[in-house]
Amino acid sequence: MSAAAPRRPWAATAWHAWRRARRSPGMLPGMLVLALHLMAALAAPLIVPHSPTAIAPERALAGPSPAHPFGNDRFGRDLLSRVMLGGRIAIAIGLTGGAIAVLLGGLVGVLVGYLGGLTDELVMRLVDALIAIPGLLLLLVVVTGLGNGYGVILLAMVLSYAPGAARVARAAAHEYVPRDFITAARARGEHALAVAGLELWPNVVGVLLVEFAMRTSWIVLSVSGLSFLGFGVNPPTPDWGLMIAENRSMLALAPWGVVFPLAAMATLVVALNLVADGLAQLLGVDRTTEAR
Amino acid sequence: MSAPPLLAIDNLSIGYAAADGMRVVVHQVSLTLDRGERLGIVGESGCGKSTLALALLGFVRRGGQRLGGTVRLDGADIFRLPPDAVQRLRGRRIALVPQNAGQALSPGMPVGDQIAEVLQTHLGWSRQVARSHASHWLARVELPDPPALLRRFPHELSGGQQQRVAIAMALAAEPALVVLDEPTTGLDATTQQQVLALLGELVAASGTALVVVSHDLGVIARCSDRMAVMYAGEVVEHGATDATLTVPRHPYTRGLLASVPQLASAGIPATLPGMPPVPARLRPAGCAFAPRCAWADAQCRTTAPAPGGGGGTVVRCHHWRRAGAAGAAVVTAPPRPIAPSGATPHLSLCGVTVSYARPGVLDWFRAPRQPTARPAVSDVTLALAPGTTLALVGESGSGKSTLARTIAGLERASAGTLHSLDDDLSLPVHRRPHELRRRIQLIFQNPDAALNPRHPVATILARPLRVFHRLSAADIRRRSVALLEQMRLGEEYLGRLPGQLSGGEKQRVAIARAFIVEPAIVLCDEVVSALDVSVQAAVLQLLIELQQRHRVSYLFIAHDLAVVRAIADTVAVLYRGHVCELGSAAQVFTPPFHPYTASLLQAARLAPGAPGAGPPAVDTGRGCPFVDRCPRRIEPLCGQQPPPWRTTAPGHRIRCHLPPEQLDQTGMPPHADWRST
Repeated sequence: MSAAAPRRPWAATAWHAWRRARRSPGMLPGMLVLALHLMAALAAPLIVPHSPTAIAPERALAGPSPAHPFGNDRFGRDLLSRVMLGGRIAIAIGLTGGAIAVLLGGLVGVLVGYLGGLTDELVMRLVDALIAIPGLLLLLVVVTGLGNGYGVILLAMVLSYAPGAARVARAAAHEYVPRDFITAARARGEHALAVAGLELWPNVVGVLLVEFAMRTSWIVLSVSGLSFLGFGVNPPTPDWGLMIAENRSMLALAPWGVVFPLAAMATLVVALNLVADGLAQLLGVDRTTEAR
Repeated sequence: MSAPPLLAIDNLSIGYAAADGMRVVVHQVSLTLDRGERLGIVGESGCGKSTLALALLGFVRRGGQRLGGTVRLDGADIFRLPPDAVQRLRGRRIALVPQNAGQALSPGMPVGDQIAEVLQTHLGWSRQVARSHASHWLARVELPDPPALLRRFPHELSGGQQQRVAIAMALAAEPALVVLDEPTTGLDATTQQQVLALLGELVAASGTALVVVSHDLGVIARCSDRMAVMYAGEVVEHGATDATLTVPRHPYTRGLLASVPQLASAGIPATLPGMPPVPARLRPAGCAFAPRCAWADAQCRTTAPAPGGGGGTVVRCHHWRRAGAAGAAVVTAPPRPIAPSGATPHLSLCGVTVSYARPGVLDWFRAPRQPTARPAVSDVTLALAPGTTLALVGESGSGKSTLARTIAGLERASAGTLHSLDDDLSLPVHRRPHELRRRIQLIFQNPDAALNPRHPVATILARPLRVFHRLSAADIRRRSVALLEQMRLGEEYLGRLPGQLSGGEKQRVAIARAFIVEPAIVLCDEVVSALDVSVQAAVLQLLIELQQRHRVSYLFIAHDLAVVRAIADTVAVLYRGHVCELGSAAQVFTPPFHPYTASLLQAARLAPGAPGAGPPAVDTGRGCPFVDRCPRRIEPLCGQQPPPWRTTAPGHRIRCHLPPEQLDQTGMPPHADWRST
C-alpha cells in the first residue's frame, strides 16, 4: 500500500473532498448564499445606504424605488437597510447557540455513550424529557422567566437544542465504543474523559459538524419566531422576525414590508440546509439513519 | 463439433478506475471448467480473486470495467447478454455463495422466505410449494428442525448456520455452477470442516460444478480437483490440485505453501517476503512476482514469462523446470529456545471463574432472573512462565477471550485468584497500579478495529508513552521510530492513517503499540487469524523475535491448532470455559488426547468424521462439559460426575473419565497436511 500513499496528502484530501461534494448538487449554491448572508451581516453597518432607524414620515409605506430598492415601512424607514441589518442578531445567536449546543450536547453524548450503564440511562432520560417539551413552549418559559436579554435567548436555544445533539453524538459514538482501540484505551487505564475526547471525538466530529449546520438554521428560525411573538429583539432594533410582525398588518397595502425580510430568512435557512446536506455527503454521514 | 465447456474464461482483464487512470486487477486470465468439475482459486488478498469470482456471474463492482476478454457460460458470452438474460442466468445456471453469509442474507426476512424466493423467481413455483421445498433444503444442509428454522431471522442463527442457509439458497434452483467466495473464512475449525464436508456431499450428489475462491490452501485442497494460483491479477500456476500441492512449480506457490504452519511440526514456517503489488496502470515489464522471488534474475525483470509447463500444469515462470526439480517446498523450522523451567511464573491463575451476570437498570423491574447461565470461564488454573508462550485453544465461545480480558482487568473474576508476581490481578483495570497496567499489554484479532481510524501512527504510538512514561516529544518520536524499525516499518509510517496501511502493516502497528511500553506479559487474542498466510508467518516470526529480544511472556489465544503448534511452549485446551487438557505443545499434540482435543485435531486436518455427532445427553450441569458432543462418553457417569484430572506424563494433564491408555485413538498422520487459518 505504501506506493499508493498520496505524496501531498492535503492536496489529495482536498481533491477527494471536492469530488464527493460535487455529488451533492446543493452544496455550492448553498455555500454562495450563506457567504452572501454572512458578509452582509458582518459588513452591514458599514455599507447600509440609509440609517435603519431614521424616521421619514413623507416616505411612509412607499414602494420600492431606485433610492430605496426594498421600499419603506410605515415610519418611512429604509427596508433594504433594515433587512441587511435584521439578520445579525439571529445569525449571531444561531452560530454561537448552535456551536455551544453541539459542543456541549456532543461531549455529553459521547461521554455517556462510552460510559453506558446507569449514567447513560439517567442522562438520556433527562435528555428525553427535555426533547419531549415542545420547543417553543420551552423558549417562552425561559424568556418569560428570565427576561429577554440576548444571553437569556442564547441560553434558551442551547437548552432546547443541546439534547438533540447529545442523542446524535451518542448514537455516533456507539458505533466506535465496541471497537478494540477503545478496549486498548481502557486497558491503558485511560480516564473516561480522555477516551471520549481523544479517541471517540475525532470519529464523531463529522456528524457533529453536520448537526451544527442544521441546528444553526433552526435557531435562526426560533430567534425570529421569538421576535415575531414579541419576546425577542426589542424595537426599534431591526430584526427579520420583528419586521414581519410590525409590517404584517399592512400586508395588503405594502407587501414589501413582509416579503423582503421573509425572503432573507428563507434563503438563509435553505442555504444552511443545503450546506448541511453537502457536508453530510462530504463526510459520509448518513442522515437518514441518524437519531433525531 | 463438441459441446462448449460449461464455463470458459478467455483472456479476461478487469480494471478499476482510479485518480491516475485504470488499475488492472485481473490480467489476461484464461480458464475452463467442465460440468461437475471443481476449480479452486487461491492467492493472497489483493490478487484479484474476488473480482474474478464476481466476473463469472457477469458482474463487475462499481468503478470497475471489463477491459477485454470473454466469460462464456454454456457458450454464451455473459458480458454480451442483455441484462434480463443475465438476470435469469444468475441463480438458475450459476449461483454465488458470498464471502460473508451473515451480511449477505437479508436481515429483515425469515430465512425460509429467502430460500423460497429463489425457487419462486427461477423455477416459477408457487409460494406454498417453494416454502415446503425450502424446508427440504434446510434439511439437506443438515440444519436442525427445518420447519421452525424457516421462520427464523438470520441474526438468530450462528455463523455456521448462516453459511449453510447461504449454501442452500445457492443450490436451491440446482444451478450448473456454484461460485463460493471464501466459503469458510470466519468460521472456526470444527464448523469449517462440517460446512466443507456438507458442500462436498451436496455437489457430488447433484453433479454441480464448483469454483471455490479462498486464501486458505486447506480449503482448496479439500474442495477442488484443479487449482489456479493467482498473483497480481494473473494465473501464475494452474494444474491438478494434488500435483500442484505436492510439486509446486511456481516460486509463489512454493512460498505460499511454505508459509502455512504445519500441525506435524513445531517452529515458525518460512515467510514469503513482501506483499502483492498494488494494481498499477502499467503492468511491470518483467514477471510481477520478481521483486519477491528468490530466483529472480535479469531475464525475470525484463521479460514477462510466457505460460509454460506440461503434463496438465501451466506455469508462468522462467524457472519452472528448476522449481519442479527442486521437489516439494521445504518448511524451515528455526529451533525454539528451551523455556527456562522452575522460574516464578509471570502470571498465575488459580480456580478462576468468570460469569456474565451484570444486571442492567431495567432488570430491576423484571422478573427475577433464571438461574444464571453457565459461566464463560470456570475453575481455570494456569501458570505462565517468564519468556514463554502459553496458548489457549478452543472453538469460538470457549471463553478464551474472556479469560484474556479478565487478566487485562476488563472483566471481573467472580471466583478464584489471579496474580502477576506480587500484584493482585483481581482488581479492575482502573484500580490497578500504573506499573501493573504497563506490564500487561493486549494485541487484538482485527487490526482494523484495533487502531483509531482518525489517528495517524505517530499519535497511536505516542499515547501509551504519554500515559506510562513522561517523555518529551523528541524522546517519544525517537522511541516510536525505533520500535517501528523493529516492526520493519520505516519512519515515514508515522504520518500515515490506518486506512493507508495494509492488514499486515496495521497489525505491526498494533504490536508496536503494545511493545512500546516494554511490557512483561502480552495477551495476544487471535492476532494472526485475520491475516493472509504469508503475512501470518511474518507476524508470527516477528512475535518470536520480539519475545527473544524483550523476554516477554505471551498468552496466545488461537483457534488454529497449526499456528499454536508453531508458537506455543505450553498449551491449554478450553471447552466452554473449562480447561480439559494442559501440557507442553509436544505433549498436547501427541497421544494421549482428550476426546475434545482429538476432535479439534481431526477437524484441523479436515479429516472426515464430523465431531458433534450423536444425540445430546441430558446436561445436569455437574458432569463433564463436553459430554453432549463426546463420541466416547460413558453413560451415565460422564453426565453426572465431573471428570478427574489424570496426569499422563510430567506436566501433561487430561481431564477425562477415561484412563489415559484408552485416549490414544487419534494419532498424528504420517504426512504433512495443507491447511491454514
